[in-house]
Amino acid sequence: MSRPRTQAEYLARLVPPSVAGLRRRSVLTGAAGGALLGTGLLAGCGDSDSGGSGSNTVSLGSNQSDPKPKDVIAKVVDGFKTSSGIEVGVNTVDHNTFQENINNYLQGKPDDVFMWFAGYRMRFFAARGLAGDLSDVWGKISGQSDAFKKASTGDDGKQYFVPSTYYPWAVFYRKSVWQQNGYQVPTTLDQLTALSAQMKKDGLTPIAFADKDGWPAMGTFDILNLRINGYQFHIDLMAGKESWTSDKVKKVFDTWRGLLPLHQPDALGRTWQEAAQSLQQKKSGMYLLGLFVGQQFNNDEQDDLDFFTFPEIDPAIGAKALDAPIDGYMLARRPKEEDNAKKLLEYVGNKAAADIVIKNDPSTLVANTEADTSGYTALQKKAAELVGSATEIAQFLDRDTRPDFASTVIIPALQQFIKEPADIDGLTNSIENQKKSIFTD
Amino acid sequence: MSDLPLIQADRAVPPPAATTSTGGRGRRLRLLSRTDRVVIALMVLVPLLLVVGLVWLPATATVLLSGTDWDGIGPVSEIEWVGARNYADVVNIYPPFVPAVQNNLLWLAALFVVATPIGMFLAVLLDKEIRGSRFYQTALYLPVVLSLALIGFIWQLIYSRDQGLLNAVLGTSVDWYGDPDVNIWAVLFAAGWRHVGYIMLLYLAGLKGVDPSLREAAAVDGASETSTFFRVVFPVMRPINIIVLVVTVIESLRAFDLVWVINKGRNGLELLSALVTSNVVGEASRIGFGSALATIMLAVSLLFITVYLATVMREDKR
Repeated sequence: MSRPRTQAEYLARLVPPSVAGLRRRSVLTGAAGGALLGTGLLAGCGDSDSGGSGSNTVSLGSNQSDPKPKDVIAKVVDGFKTSSGIEVGVNTVDHNTFQENINNYLQGKPDDVFMWFAGYRMRFFAARGLAGDLSDVWGKISGQSDAFKKASTGDDGKQYFVPSTYYPWAVFYRKSVWQQNGYQVPTTLDQLTALSAQMKKDGLTPIAFADKDGWPAMGTFDILNLRINGYQFHIDLMAGKESWTSDKVKKVFDTWRGLLPLHQPDALGRTWQEAAQSLQQKKSGMYLLGLFVGQQFNNDEQDDLDFFTFPEIDPAIGAKALDAPIDGYMLARRPKEEDNAKKLLEYVGNKAAADIVIKNDPSTLVANTEADTSGYTALQKKAAELVGSATEIAQFLDRDTRPDFASTVIIPALQQFIKEPADIDGLTNSIENQKKSIFTD
Repeated sequence: MSDLPLIQADRAVPPPAATTSTGGRGRRLRLLSRTDRVVIALMVLVPLLLVVGLVWLPATATVLLSGTDWDGIGPVSEIEWVGARNYADVVNIYPPFVPAVQNNLLWLAALFVVATPIGMFLAVLLDKEIRGSRFYQTALYLPVVLSLALIGFIWQLIYSRDQGLLNAVLGTSVDWYGDPDVNIWAVLFAAGWRHVGYIMLLYLAGLKGVDPSLREAAAVDGASETSTFFRVVFPVMRPINIIVLVVTVIESLRAFDLVWVINKGRNGLELLSALVTSNVVGEASRIGFGSALATIMLAVSLLFITVYLATVMREDKR
């Protein structure tokens, strides 16, 4: 999961990589290395783990650095060892550091198997030859839906990714608050607006909102774009094929502008944790976020948490598409222990590994449909049904487009919009100009 | 009258002079043992290699890469040359650039005009040996000891709009970190808080080194406390003053950590250093574009360094 799961991880993220130290460093050639030195990213060398020369080992680069997910990975790896006799050397790297350093990691000496996300970035690495083909592994995996197989497929039609877990984005609310005030789940935009007006009358902030970190607003943009223009437009827009100055994009911003007064004000200084706490403290009526919003709720409040999918805006488009980022595993381009690596990938994609994850981690959903989901909480079950009934699954803005475009253009642009919602033309022009300079190939 | 003998002497001297000078040079070389020569060679070579490898090569590579659109993936041979396009993009279509330059200048001005004088003033006060001066000294210096990442977190607790101390005490709901008109001042306050302690300590060390007899002489001559400081102590402290000046300029040019910790240098907190980092380091890998920003920053730094060196050298000549 790319979002901080706990306060500890959140705090860890506050430390810039230059301070925290980049744990995995790889040598870059010639001037490139020098250039990176000049800009703060120290290129050094040395892998902490030696891949092992025996035939019964395999290395796994894990970004699950938080204690709980780390423990889950350890259990999955134990299960693999029991079933295959192959020893897995897990190399855990801080989640954010792993992500920041992924380019150097993959070009250096990556572990045989590494954890990553589905989406544009996965396809990008596959196209650049930085990931291994997993089509034969997919032949041995059962229980993965077609939607997930599609999400694991690169531009050349081969599979490069094995899904493990995912979580949907939806509008969350507290059942007790809604029962007390007699609110009904809205199914259209008008109903949502009417409900929000009622919440304002009742002294609630209708929609909790935070964008200090830059990415939460992407969720709002995504869902409005999916509801107004549909999944294919979202994918094309993210791939740089559609124009940001088109009326379709302007309509998204225009709709958002209409909804902004219903959102919590001053979002740019607030973290998602603070916004989630306003929902938890019954100060806000609803909050559009990922399933991980539950981390900000006490254990005895988990049953009070419920959600609905963002209501329909255009009846021709419907309300069946949603953001549900998928986490999973990939194969390095030249693994040292290819056979063992593929066995591990086969194992993590199948039911046995999924069962272990369910037993040990209640904050996520497993990708394998054959897994025993009787251990799910009511919320998890509902979330799984929601994603199961979705016609299309998007991966979230920053996973569906180039990372440089998402982080250096879209984040400042969405923050600018939240600051000054009036100037949509200027904003979309600026995005389009920058997009043209980034999407050159 | 004295011309002739001199010329003669000159003409007479050259042959032996030449031999003595070469002989002298040879003798001096022979005076150094093998170990000495190795040590000297190492003392020259090691710093030279470090400076070339860690400063000049990366700087040159950055300038070179700023003319490319490299994304950090693939061999160096595949890098495409795009000329000055990155610079044109920075100036014309990159919205955070202009605010970043403004903020860097504002940062310099705020530290120079406000934080540095306060630090110096506090040092003078503490130099008076008032009661509990050790305690004040520690309290003021504490922020310098803390890492900037931690400082960012401490101020987050104070500035948070919904849960922060400041809004709770004042009963307001100012969005200290989120409102782009307010947050730069909030951050400058936090940066200044740290800078004051730093300058205070530097200056206090300098004040302790001032010869007490100078003050006594000034007091005997009937100078007031204020004029003693400005006419006697301050001029004597010139080396420390220059250090303080340099530290202030360096601190404002390398300002980065605090805004990065707060919101990665976005939304009103743009700084050149943060823009470079967000473009180059991390997943984005817009190395060409980020290098163009870094080159601009290098040029700005060179401007300050040149002005500073020119001033110092001119004053030293006097």
